[in-house]
Amino acid sequence: MNRAIDLIFHNTTRFFAISVLIVLVALFAVLFNEAKPAMDAFGLDFVVNSKWAPNMEIFGGFPAIYGSIVSTLIAMLIATPIAIGIAIFLSELAPPWLAVPVGMAIELLAAIPSIIYGMWGLFYLAPILRDIWGGNGLGLMTAGIVLSIMILPFMAAITRDAMKTTPDILKESAYGMGATRWEVLKDVVIPYVKSGIIGSIILALGRAVGETMAVTFVMGNAHKVPDSIFKPATSIPVTLANEFTEADTDLYYSSLFYLALILLLISFTVIATAKFWFLRNLRERRI
Amino acid sequence: MATICEVAQNHIIEVKGFSFYYAGVDSPNLKNINMPIGEGAVTALIGPSGCGKTTLLRCFNRMHDLYPGNRYRGEIVFEGRNILTKKEDLIKLRTRIGMIFQKPTPFPMSIYDNVAYGLRLQGIKSRSELDGRVEQALKDAALWKEVGDRLKESGTALSGGQQQRLCIARAIAVEPDVLLFDEPTSALDPISTQAIEELIIKLKERVTIVIVTHNMQQAARVSDYTAFMYLGDLIEMGVTEELFITPKEEMTEQYITGKFG
Repeated sequence: MNRAIDLIFHNTTRFFAISVLIVLVALFAVLFNEAKPAMDAFGLDFVVNSKWAPNMEIFGGFPAIYGSIVSTLIAMLIATPIAIGIAIFLSELAPPWLAVPVGMAIELLAAIPSIIYGMWGLFYLAPILRDIWGGNGLGLMTAGIVLSIMILPFMAAITRDAMKTTPDILKESAYGMGATRWEVLKDVVIPYVKSGIIGSIILALGRAVGETMAVTFVMGNAHKVPDSIFKPATSIPVTLANEFTEADTDLYYSSLFYLALILLLISFTVIATAKFWFLRNLRERRI
Repeated sequence: MATICEVAQNHIIEVKGFSFYYAGVDSPNLKNINMPIGEGAVTALIGPSGCGKTTLLRCFNRMHDLYPGNRYRGEIVFEGRNILTKKEDLIKLRTRIGMIFQKPTPFPMSIYDNVAYGLRLQGIKSRSELDGRVEQALKDAALWKEVGDRLKESGTALSGGQQQRLCIARAIAVEPDVLLFDEPTSALDPISTQAIEELIIKLKERVTIVIVTHNMQQAARVSDYTAFMYLGDLIEMGVTEELFITPKEEMTEQYITGKFG
Protein backbone atom coordinates (compact mmCIF):
# COMPACT_ATOMS: atom_id res chain seq x y z
CA MET A 1 0.00 0.00 0.00
CA ASN A 2 2.75 2.41 1.06
CA ARG A 3 4.69 1.43 -2.01
CA ALA A 4 1.71 2.29 -4.22
CA ILE A 5 1.35 5.75 -2.66
CA ASP A 6 5.05 6.33 -3.09
CA LEU A 7 4.83 5.34 -6.73
CA ILE A 8 1.81 7.57 -7.42
CA PHE A 9 3.50 10.46 -5.63
CA HIS A 10 6.70 9.94 -7.57
CA ASN A 11 4.95 9.81 -10.94
CA THR A 12 2.64 12.75 -10.29
CA THR A 13 5.47 15.08 -9.32
CA ARG A 14 7.50 13.83 -12.25
CA PHE A 15 4.63 14.65 -14.58
CA PHE A 16 4.41 18.17 -13.15
CA ALA A 17 8.12 18.68 -13.66
CA ILE A 18 8.12 17.33 -17.20
CA SER A 19 5.10 19.47 -18.14
CA VAL A 20 7.41 22.51 -17.90
CA LEU A 21 9.53 21.04 -20.68
CA ILE A 22 6.42 20.24 -22.71
CA VAL A 23 5.20 23.85 -22.43
CA LEU A 24 8.58 25.15 -23.51
CA VAL A 25 8.75 22.89 -26.54
CA ALA A 26 5.11 23.60 -27.44
CA LEU A 27 5.73 27.32 -27.21
CA PHE A 28 8.68 27.10 -29.57
CA ALA A 29 6.73 24.82 -31.93
CA VAL A 30 3.74 27.18 -32.15
CA LEU A 31 5.91 30.26 -32.72
CA PHE A 32 7.97 28.46 -35.31
CA ASN A 33 4.92 27.07 -37.08
CA GLU A 34 3.13 30.42 -37.22
CA ALA A 35 6.30 32.23 -38.30
CA LYS A 36 6.99 29.70 -41.06
CA PRO A 37 5.20 31.56 -43.92
CA ALA A 38 7.11 34.78 -43.14
CA MET A 39 10.39 32.86 -42.83
CA ASP A 40 9.78 31.26 -46.19
CA ALA A 41 8.86 34.60 -47.76
CA PHE A 42 11.69 36.77 -46.35
CA GLY A 43 14.31 34.37 -44.99
CA LEU A 44 17.08 35.91 -42.88
CA ASP A 45 16.75 39.20 -44.79
CA PHE A 46 13.86 39.87 -42.43
CA VAL A 47 16.37 40.62 -39.70
CA VAL A 48 18.18 43.35 -41.67
CA ASN A 49 15.36 44.74 -43.82
CA SER A 50 14.00 47.97 -42.39
CA LYS A 51 10.96 48.46 -44.60
CA TRP A 52 7.67 47.68 -42.86
CA ALA A 53 4.83 48.27 -45.34
CA PRO A 54 1.78 46.15 -44.54
CA ASN A 55 -0.20 47.53 -47.51
CA MET A 56 2.49 46.26 -49.90
CA GLU A 57 2.97 42.99 -48.01
CA ILE A 58 6.61 43.90 -47.29
CA PHE A 59 7.82 43.23 -43.80
CA GLY A 60 11.28 43.85 -42.38
CA GLY A 61 12.03 43.34 -38.71
CA PHE A 62 15.10 45.56 -38.40
CA PRO A 63 13.46 48.70 -36.89
CA ALA A 64 11.85 46.65 -34.13
CA ILE A 65 15.00 44.62 -33.44
CA TYR A 66 17.10 47.80 -33.51
CA GLY A 67 14.66 49.58 -31.18
CA SER A 68 14.69 46.70 -28.72
CA ILE A 69 18.47 46.51 -28.63
CA VAL A 70 19.15 50.25 -28.51
CA SER A 71 16.53 51.07 -25.86
CA THR A 72 17.89 48.19 -23.77
CA LEU A 73 21.49 49.39 -24.17
CA ILE A 74 20.52 52.92 -23.13
CA ALA A 75 18.74 51.50 -20.09
CA MET A 76 21.76 49.37 -19.14
CA LEU A 77 24.18 52.28 -19.56
CA ILE A 78 22.11 54.41 -17.21
CA ALA A 79 21.12 51.75 -14.70
CA THR A 80 24.33 49.72 -14.25
CA PRO A 81 26.58 52.32 -12.61
CA ILE A 82 23.77 53.67 -10.43
CA ALA A 83 22.70 50.17 -9.34
CA ILE A 84 26.28 49.20 -8.46
CA GLY A 85 26.66 52.46 -6.55
CA ILE A 86 23.48 51.77 -4.57
CA ALA A 87 24.62 48.20 -3.88
CA ILE A 88 28.05 49.33 -2.66
CA PHE A 89 26.51 51.92 -0.37
CA LEU A 90 23.93 49.53 1.07
CA SER A 91 26.21 46.55 1.58
CA GLU A 92 29.47 48.21 2.61
CA LEU A 93 29.02 51.79 3.71
CA ALA A 94 25.55 52.51 5.09
CA PRO A 95 24.85 52.13 8.81
CA PRO A 96 22.13 49.52 9.53
CA TRP A 97 19.49 52.12 10.46
CA LEU A 98 19.74 53.44 6.90
CA ALA A 99 20.58 50.28 4.95
CA VAL A 100 17.53 48.34 6.17
CA PRO A 101 14.75 50.83 5.20
CA VAL A 102 16.45 51.80 1.92
CA GLY A 103 16.96 48.12 1.08
CA MET A 104 13.28 47.44 1.74
CA ALA A 105 12.22 50.42 -0.37
CA ILE A 106 14.30 49.08 -3.26
CA GLU A 107 12.69 45.66 -3.01
CA LEU A 108 9.26 47.35 -3.02
CA LEU A 109 10.17 49.40 -6.09
CA ALA A 110 11.14 46.20 -7.88
CA ALA A 111 7.58 44.98 -7.33
CA ILE A 112 5.82 47.91 -9.07
CA PRO A 113 3.89 46.69 -12.15
CA SER A 114 5.64 47.86 -15.30
CA ILE A 115 2.55 49.57 -16.75
CA ILE A 116 2.77 52.10 -13.93
CA TYR A 117 6.27 53.01 -15.06
CA GLY A 118 4.85 53.36 -18.61
CA MET A 119 2.06 55.69 -17.49
CA TRP A 120 4.45 57.75 -15.44
CA GLY A 121 6.78 57.94 -18.45
CA LEU A 122 4.06 59.09 -20.84
CA PHE A 123 2.24 61.58 -18.63
CA TYR A 124 5.05 62.94 -16.50
CA LEU A 125 8.48 62.24 -17.99
CA ALA A 126 7.71 62.74 -21.70
CA PRO A 127 6.43 66.35 -21.32
CA ILE A 128 9.60 67.24 -19.39
CA LEU A 129 11.85 65.65 -22.02
CA ARG A 130 9.86 67.38 -24.78
CA ASP A 131 10.83 70.69 -23.23
CA ILE A 132 14.48 69.64 -23.11
CA TRP A 133 15.13 68.17 -26.56
CA GLY A 134 12.01 68.99 -28.51
CA GLY A 135 9.94 66.66 -30.72
CA ASN A 136 7.11 64.94 -28.92
CA GLY A 137 9.34 63.65 -26.12
CA LEU A 138 8.81 60.05 -27.13
CA GLY A 139 11.40 57.68 -28.55
CA LEU A 140 14.33 55.39 -27.78
CA MET A 141 15.91 57.71 -25.20
CA THR A 142 12.66 58.13 -23.28
CA ALA A 143 12.06 54.39 -23.42
CA GLY A 144 15.63 53.79 -22.26
CA ILE A 145 15.19 56.13 -19.29
CA VAL A 146 11.89 54.52 -18.24
CA LEU A 147 13.41 51.06 -18.63
CA SER A 148 16.47 52.02 -16.63
CA ILE A 149 14.30 53.22 -13.75
CA MET A 150 12.31 50.00 -13.97
CA ILE A 151 15.32 47.64 -13.84
CA LEU A 152 17.38 49.71 -11.39
CA PRO A 153 15.88 48.39 -8.14
CA PHE A 154 16.05 44.83 -9.39
CA MET A 155 19.71 45.17 -10.35
CA ALA A 156 20.62 47.00 -7.16
CA ALA A 157 18.95 44.35 -5.00
CA ILE A 158 20.70 41.41 -6.68
CA THR A 159 24.08 43.16 -6.72
CA ARG A 160 23.72 44.05 -3.05
CA ASP A 161 22.90 40.44 -2.18
CA ALA A 162 25.92 39.28 -4.18
CA MET A 163 28.19 41.74 -2.34
CA LYS A 164 26.91 40.54 1.01
CA THR A 165 28.28 37.07 0.21
CA THR A 166 31.86 38.36 0.55
CA PRO A 167 33.10 36.67 3.74
CA ASP A 168 33.79 39.15 6.57
CA ILE A 169 37.09 37.38 7.23
CA LEU A 170 38.25 38.17 3.68
CA LYS A 171 37.43 41.85 4.06
CA GLU A 172 39.05 41.86 7.51
CA SER A 173 42.27 40.47 6.12
CA ALA A 174 42.40 43.32 3.61
CA TYR A 175 41.71 45.86 6.36
CA GLY A 176 44.33 44.01 8.40
CA MET A 177 46.90 44.85 5.71
CA GLY A 178 46.14 48.53 6.15
CA ALA A 179 43.71 48.89 3.25
CA THR A 180 41.14 51.69 3.18
CA ARG A 181 37.43 51.07 2.57
CA TRP A 182 37.80 52.01 -1.07
CA GLU A 183 40.77 49.66 -1.51
CA VAL A 184 38.91 46.79 0.15
CA LEU A 185 35.96 47.38 -2.19
CA LYS A 186 38.04 47.71 -5.32
CA ASP A 187 40.54 44.91 -4.65
CA VAL A 188 38.54 42.35 -2.69
CA VAL A 189 34.76 42.79 -2.68
CA ILE A 190 34.21 43.64 -6.35
CA PRO A 191 36.59 40.97 -7.74
CA TYR A 192 35.07 38.43 -5.35
CA VAL A 193 31.48 39.11 -6.49
CA LYS A 194 32.32 40.02 -10.07
CA SER A 195 30.40 37.15 -11.60
CA GLY A 196 27.40 37.89 -9.37
CA ILE A 197 27.37 41.48 -10.60
CA ILE A 198 27.62 40.41 -14.23
CA GLY A 199 24.84 37.88 -13.64
CA SER A 200 22.58 40.60 -12.25
CA ILE A 201 23.33 42.84 -15.22
CA ILE A 202 22.42 40.09 -17.67
CA LEU A 203 19.21 39.20 -15.82
CA ALA A 204 18.19 42.88 -15.87
CA LEU A 205 19.03 42.93 -19.57
CA GLY A 206 16.69 40.01 -20.11
CA ARG A 207 13.90 41.90 -18.39
CA ALA A 208 14.55 45.07 -20.37
CA VAL A 209 14.64 43.35 -23.78
CA GLY A 210 11.25 41.75 -23.32
CA GLU A 211 9.58 44.63 -21.50
CA THR A 212 6.30 45.63 -23.18
CA MET A 213 4.06 47.80 -21.07
CA ALA A 214 6.60 50.28 -19.78
CA VAL A 215 7.89 51.08 -23.26
CA THR A 216 4.73 50.83 -25.39
CA PHE A 217 3.55 54.16 -24.00
CA VAL A 218 6.79 56.04 -24.53
CA MET A 219 8.37 54.55 -27.65
CA GLY A 220 6.36 56.73 -30.05
CA ASN A 221 5.47 53.79 -32.26
CA ALA A 222 7.13 54.73 -35.54
CA HIS A 223 8.07 51.81 -37.76
CA LYS A 224 11.42 52.99 -38.97
CA VAL A 225 14.98 53.27 -37.78
CA PRO A 226 15.09 56.82 -36.35
CA ASP A 227 18.04 59.05 -37.24
CA SER A 228 18.30 60.07 -33.60
CA ILE A 229 17.62 58.34 -30.30
CA PHE A 230 15.41 61.29 -29.38
CA LYS A 231 12.87 60.49 -32.11
CA PRO A 232 9.97 58.01 -32.08
CA ALA A 233 10.82 54.38 -32.84
CA THR A 234 9.48 50.93 -32.02
CA SER A 235 10.65 47.67 -30.47
CA ILE A 236 9.63 44.04 -30.86
CA PRO A 237 7.23 43.88 -27.89
CA VAL A 238 5.77 47.27 -28.80
CA THR A 239 5.10 46.14 -32.38
CA LEU A 240 3.50 42.93 -31.18
CA ALA A 241 1.32 44.69 -28.62
CA ASN A 242 0.11 47.26 -31.14
CA GLU A 243 -0.32 45.38 -34.39
CA PHE A 244 -1.97 42.00 -33.88
CA THR A 245 -5.39 43.63 -34.07
CA GLU A 246 -4.43 45.18 -37.41
CA ALA A 247 -2.88 42.07 -38.95
CA ASP A 248 -5.40 41.50 -41.74
CA THR A 249 -3.28 39.28 -44.01
CA ASP A 250 -1.65 35.92 -43.34
CA LEU A 251 1.81 37.24 -44.14
CA TYR A 252 1.36 40.23 -41.78
CA TYR A 253 0.20 37.86 -39.04
CA SER A 254 3.07 35.47 -39.70
CA SER A 255 5.64 38.29 -39.74
CA LEU A 256 4.57 39.29 -36.24
CA PHE A 257 5.15 35.71 -35.14
CA TYR A 258 8.56 35.82 -36.78
CA LEU A 259 9.38 38.88 -34.64
CA ALA A 260 8.11 37.07 -31.56
CA LEU A 261 10.37 34.12 -32.33
CA ILE A 262 13.36 36.45 -32.65
CA LEU A 263 12.48 38.06 -29.31
CA LEU A 264 12.24 34.66 -27.67
CA LEU A 265 15.66 33.70 -29.03
CA ILE A 266 17.21 36.95 -27.76
CA SER A 267 15.70 36.50 -24.27
CA PHE A 268 16.67 32.87 -24.24
CA THR A 269 20.29 33.66 -25.07
CA VAL A 270 20.42 36.36 -22.42
CA ILE A 271 18.99 34.14 -19.68
CA ALA A 272 21.18 31.20 -20.67
CA THR A 273 24.24 33.45 -20.42
CA ALA A 274 23.12 34.69 -17.01
CA LYS A 275 22.61 31.12 -15.80
CA PHE A 276 26.09 30.24 -16.99
CA TRP A 277 27.54 33.16 -15.04
CA PHE A 278 25.67 32.23 -11.89
CA LEU A 279 26.85 28.63 -12.09
CA ARG A 280 30.43 29.78 -12.42
CA ASN A 281 29.85 32.11 -9.55
CA LEU A 282 28.78 29.22 -7.34
CA ARG A 283 31.83 27.18 -8.25
CA GLU A 284 34.12 30.07 -7.36
CA ARG A 285 32.76 30.27 -3.81
CA ARG A 286 35.46 28.38 -2.02
CA ILE A 287 36.38 30.36 1.04
CA MET B 1 44.49 39.62 40.45
CA ALA B 2 46.13 37.56 37.77
CA THR B 3 49.51 35.96 38.26
CA ILE B 4 51.88 37.39 35.69
CA CYS B 5 55.48 36.30 35.23
CA GLU B 6 58.43 38.52 34.44
CA VAL B 7 58.84 39.07 30.71
CA ALA B 8 62.56 39.46 30.15
CA GLN B 9 62.38 40.97 26.68
CA ASN B 10 61.56 44.57 25.92
CA HIS B 11 57.78 44.98 26.20
CA ILE B 12 56.79 45.84 22.63
CA ILE B 13 53.14 45.87 23.69
CA GLU B 14 51.89 46.58 27.20
CA VAL B 15 48.22 46.04 28.01
CA LYS B 16 47.26 48.22 30.99
CA GLY B 17 43.96 48.08 32.89
CA PHE B 18 42.24 47.18 29.63
CA SER B 19 38.55 46.37 29.27
CA PHE B 20 36.54 45.81 26.11
CA TYR B 21 32.79 46.14 25.53
CA TYR B 22 30.97 44.80 22.47
CA ALA B 23 28.35 47.06 20.88
CA GLY B 24 25.08 47.09 22.80
CA VAL B 25 26.48 45.12 25.76
CA ASP B 26 26.86 46.86 29.13
CA SER B 27 29.14 44.34 30.81
CA PRO B 28 32.72 44.09 29.58
CA ASN B 29 33.79 41.13 27.46
CA LEU B 30 37.37 41.62 28.65
CA LYS B 31 37.87 42.74 32.25
CA ASN B 32 40.77 44.84 33.44
CA ILE B 33 43.54 42.98 31.58
CA ASN B 34 47.20 43.71 32.35
CA MET B 35 49.71 41.94 30.17
CA PRO B 36 53.14 42.48 28.67
CA ILE B 37 54.09 41.17 25.21
CA GLY B 38 57.81 40.46 24.86
CA GLU B 39 59.56 41.64 21.72
CA GLY B 40 60.75 38.78 19.52
CA ALA B 41 58.89 36.23 21.62
CA VAL B 42 55.88 34.07 20.83
CA THR B 43 53.03 34.67 23.26
CA ALA B 44 50.14 32.20 23.18
CA LEU B 45 46.63 32.99 24.39
CA ILE B 46 44.73 29.90 25.54
CA GLY B 47 41.42 29.25 27.24
CA PRO B 48 38.02 27.69 26.64
CA SER B 49 35.65 29.01 23.94
CA GLY B 50 34.23 32.39 24.83
CA CYS B 51 37.08 33.28 27.21
CA GLY B 52 37.92 36.39 25.16
CA LYS B 53 41.26 35.30 23.67
CA THR B 54 40.29 36.15 20.08
CA THR B 55 38.55 39.33 21.26
CA LEU B 56 41.79 40.44 22.92
CA LEU B 57 43.87 39.57 19.86
CA ARG B 58 41.60 41.69 17.64
CA CYS B 59 42.14 44.67 19.95
CA PHE B 60 45.86 44.81 19.11
CA ASN B 61 45.16 45.92 15.53
CA ARG B 62 41.81 47.50 16.45
CA MET B 63 39.90 45.17 14.14
CA HIS B 64 36.83 45.78 16.33
CA ASP B 65 36.63 49.30 14.89
CA LEU B 66 35.22 47.86 11.66
CA TYR B 67 31.95 47.27 13.48
CA PRO B 68 30.28 50.29 15.07
CA GLY B 69 29.62 50.59 18.78
CA ASN B 70 32.51 48.53 20.19
CA ARG B 71 34.28 50.30 23.08
CA TYR B 72 37.75 50.12 24.61
CA ARG B 73 38.72 51.21 28.15
CA GLY B 74 42.24 51.41 29.52
CA GLU B 75 45.41 51.35 27.46
CA ILE B 76 47.28 49.22 24.98
CA VAL B 77 50.74 50.74 24.64
CA PHE B 78 52.67 49.95 21.46
CA GLU B 79 55.97 51.64 20.65
CA GLY B 80 55.46 53.95 23.60
CA ARG B 81 52.00 55.28 22.72
CA ASN B 82 48.47 54.26 23.60
CA ILE B 83 46.96 52.93 20.37
CA LEU B 84 43.38 53.19 21.65
CA THR B 85 43.13 56.93 21.14
CA LYS B 86 40.92 58.48 18.48
CA LYS B 87 43.85 60.02 16.67
CA GLU B 88 45.62 56.68 16.11
CA ASP B 89 46.13 56.10 12.37
CA LEU B 90 44.58 52.64 11.99
CA ILE B 91 45.87 52.13 8.46
CA LYS B 92 49.45 52.71 9.61
CA LEU B 93 48.91 50.65 12.77
CA ARG B 94 47.73 47.65 10.73
CA THR B 95 50.80 47.77 8.53
CA ARG B 96 52.90 47.49 11.73
CA ILE B 97 50.70 44.79 13.33
CA GLY B 98 49.63 42.14 10.79
CA MET B 99 47.06 39.40 11.21
CA ILE B 100 46.50 35.80 10.10
CA PHE B 101 42.99 34.36 10.40
CA GLN B 102 41.31 31.04 11.33
CA LYS B 103 40.76 30.24 7.69
CA PRO B 104 43.12 31.03 4.82
CA THR B 105 41.98 34.26 3.17
CA PRO B 106 43.74 34.61 -0.18
CA PHE B 107 42.40 37.56 -2.15
CA PRO B 108 40.77 36.82 -5.52
CA MET B 109 43.94 37.61 -7.47
CA SER B 110 47.20 35.93 -8.48
CA ILE B 111 49.75 34.53 -6.02
CA TYR B 112 52.13 37.36 -6.92
CA ASP B 113 49.49 40.06 -6.49
CA ASN B 114 48.44 38.59 -3.15
CA VAL B 115 51.96 38.91 -1.73
CA ALA B 116 52.55 42.29 -3.41
CA TYR B 117 49.22 43.62 -2.11
CA GLY B 118 50.45 45.24 1.10
CA LEU B 119 53.57 46.58 -0.63
CA ARG B 120 51.47 48.23 -3.32
CA LEU B 121 49.18 49.72 -0.67
CA GLN B 122 52.30 51.36 0.74
CA GLY B 123 52.96 52.91 -2.65
CA ILE B 124 55.80 50.67 -3.83
CA LYS B 125 55.58 50.57 -7.62
CA SER B 126 59.05 49.58 -8.76
CA ARG B 127 58.77 46.25 -10.51
CA SER B 128 62.21 45.05 -9.46
CA GLU B 129 61.65 45.93 -5.81
CA LEU B 130 58.26 44.20 -5.84
CA ASP B 131 59.74 41.12 -7.52
CA GLY B 132 62.50 40.89 -4.93
CA ARG B 133 60.30 41.36 -1.91
CA VAL B 134 57.61 38.98 -3.17
CA GLU B 135 60.24 36.30 -3.72
CA GLN B 136 61.79 36.92 -0.29
CA ALA B 137 58.41 36.81 1.47
CA LEU B 138 57.46 33.56 -0.29
CA LYS B 139 60.83 32.06 0.68
CA ASP B 140 60.39 33.19 4.28
CA ALA B 141 56.93 31.61 4.30
CA ALA B 142 58.41 28.33 2.96
CA LEU B 143 56.21 28.52 -0.12
CA TRP B 144 58.65 29.59 -2.83
CA LYS B 145 59.64 26.03 -3.80
CA GLU B 146 56.02 25.11 -4.42
CA VAL B 147 54.77 28.22 -6.23
CA GLY B 148 57.89 30.01 -7.53
CA ASP B 149 57.21 28.88 -11.08
CA ARG B 150 53.50 29.75 -11.12
CA LEU B 151 53.17 33.16 -9.54
CA LYS B 152 50.56 34.23 -12.10
CA GLU B 153 48.07 31.56 -11.03
CA SER B 154 45.17 32.40 -8.75
CA GLY B 155 45.90 32.34 -5.03
CA THR B 156 42.54 30.69 -4.41
CA ALA B 157 43.58 27.62 -6.44
CA LEU B 158 46.22 26.54 -3.88
CA SER B 159 45.62 23.90 -1.19
CA GLY B 160 44.44 25.04 2.24
CA GLY B 161 47.89 24.78 3.83
CA GLN B 162 49.52 26.59 0.92
CA GLN B 163 46.85 29.31 1.08
CA GLN B 164 47.60 29.87 4.76
CA ARG B 165 51.34 30.14 4.04
CA LEU B 166 50.46 32.55 1.22
CA CYS B 167 48.61 34.68 3.77
CA ILE B 168 51.67 34.58 6.03
CA ALA B 169 53.89 35.60 3.09
CA ARG B 170 51.48 38.45 2.35
CA ALA B 171 51.63 39.58 5.97
CA ILE B 172 55.43 39.42 6.37
CA ALA B 173 56.12 41.05 2.99
CA VAL B 174 55.42 44.47 4.55
CA GLU B 175 57.83 43.64 7.41
CA PRO B 176 55.51 44.24 10.35
CA ASP B 177 56.75 44.44 13.95
CA VAL B 178 54.04 42.16 15.30
CA LEU B 179 52.03 39.32 13.75
CA LEU B 180 48.74 38.23 15.27
CA PHE B 181 47.70 34.63 14.58
CA ASP B 182 44.06 33.79 15.25
CA GLU B 183 43.85 29.98 15.45
CA PRO B 184 45.82 29.78 12.20
CA THR B 185 45.72 25.99 11.91
CA SER B 186 42.15 25.26 12.94
CA ALA B 187 41.10 24.64 9.31
CA LEU B 188 44.23 22.69 8.33
CA ASP B 189 45.33 19.06 8.30
CA PRO B 190 48.13 17.83 10.64
CA ILE B 191 50.92 18.10 8.05
CA SER B 192 49.99 21.66 7.05
CA THR B 193 49.64 22.47 10.75
CA GLN B 194 53.19 21.28 11.39
CA ALA B 195 54.49 23.42 8.52
CA ILE B 196 52.78 26.52 9.97
CA GLU B 197 54.11 25.80 13.46
CA GLU B 198 57.68 25.44 12.18
CA LEU B 199 57.21 28.72 10.33
CA ILE B 200 56.04 30.50 13.49
CA ILE B 201 59.13 29.33 15.40
CA LYS B 202 61.36 30.49 12.54
CA LEU B 203 59.61 33.85 12.17
CA LYS B 204 60.08 34.94 15.78
CA GLU B 205 63.68 35.85 14.99
CA ARG B 206 62.38 38.93 13.21
CA VAL B 207 58.83 39.55 14.35
CA THR B 208 56.92 39.43 17.61
CA ILE B 209 54.12 36.89 17.53
CA VAL B 210 50.88 36.61 19.47
CA ILE B 211 48.93 33.45 18.75
CA VAL B 212 45.46 32.42 19.83
CA THR B 213 45.02 28.66 19.91
CA HIS B 214 42.46 26.24 21.23
CA ASN B 215 45.13 23.56 21.11
CA MET B 216 47.26 23.43 24.26
CA GLN B 217 49.89 21.20 22.65
CA GLN B 218 50.31 23.82 19.97
CA ALA B 219 50.80 26.53 22.58
CA ALA B 220 53.36 24.33 24.33
CA ARG B 221 55.19 23.63 21.07
CA VAL B 222 55.49 27.12 19.63
CA SER B 223 55.28 29.69 22.40
CA ASP B 224 57.69 31.25 24.89
CA TYR B 225 54.94 32.68 27.07
CA THR B 226 51.41 31.44 27.57
CA ALA B 227 48.48 33.40 28.93
CA PHE B 228 45.43 31.54 30.20
CA MET B 229 42.15 33.41 29.99
CA TYR B 230 38.76 32.52 31.38
CA LEU B 231 35.43 34.37 30.99
CA GLY B 232 37.09 37.64 30.02
CA ASP B 233 39.72 37.57 32.78
CA LEU B 234 43.41 36.94 32.38
CA ILE B 235 43.98 34.24 34.99
CA GLU B 236 47.67 33.53 34.61
CA MET B 237 50.53 34.36 32.32
CA GLY B 238 53.77 32.41 32.57
CA VAL B 239 56.84 31.14 30.81
CA THR B 240 55.29 28.36 28.71
CA GLU B 241 57.07 25.36 30.28
CA GLU B 242 56.43 26.63 33.80
CA LEU B 243 52.77 27.33 33.13
CA PHE B 244 52.14 23.86 31.78
CA ILE B 245 54.25 22.01 34.39
CA THR B 246 53.76 24.07 37.53
CA PRO B 247 50.79 26.39 37.10
CA LYS B 248 50.40 28.85 39.95
CA GLU B 249 46.64 29.32 39.73
CA GLU B 250 44.26 26.50 40.55
CA MET B 251 42.04 27.32 37.60
CA THR B 252 44.95 27.09 35.17
CA GLU B 253 45.82 23.69 36.55
CA GLN B 254 42.24 22.49 36.19
CA TYR B 255 42.12 23.70 32.59
CA ILE B 256 45.43 22.23 31.43
CA THR B 257 44.69 18.91 33.10
CA GLY B 258 41.37 18.77 31.25
CA LYS B 259 39.03 19.16 34.25
CA PHE B 260 37.01 21.69 32.25
CA GLY B 261 37.18 23.27 28.85
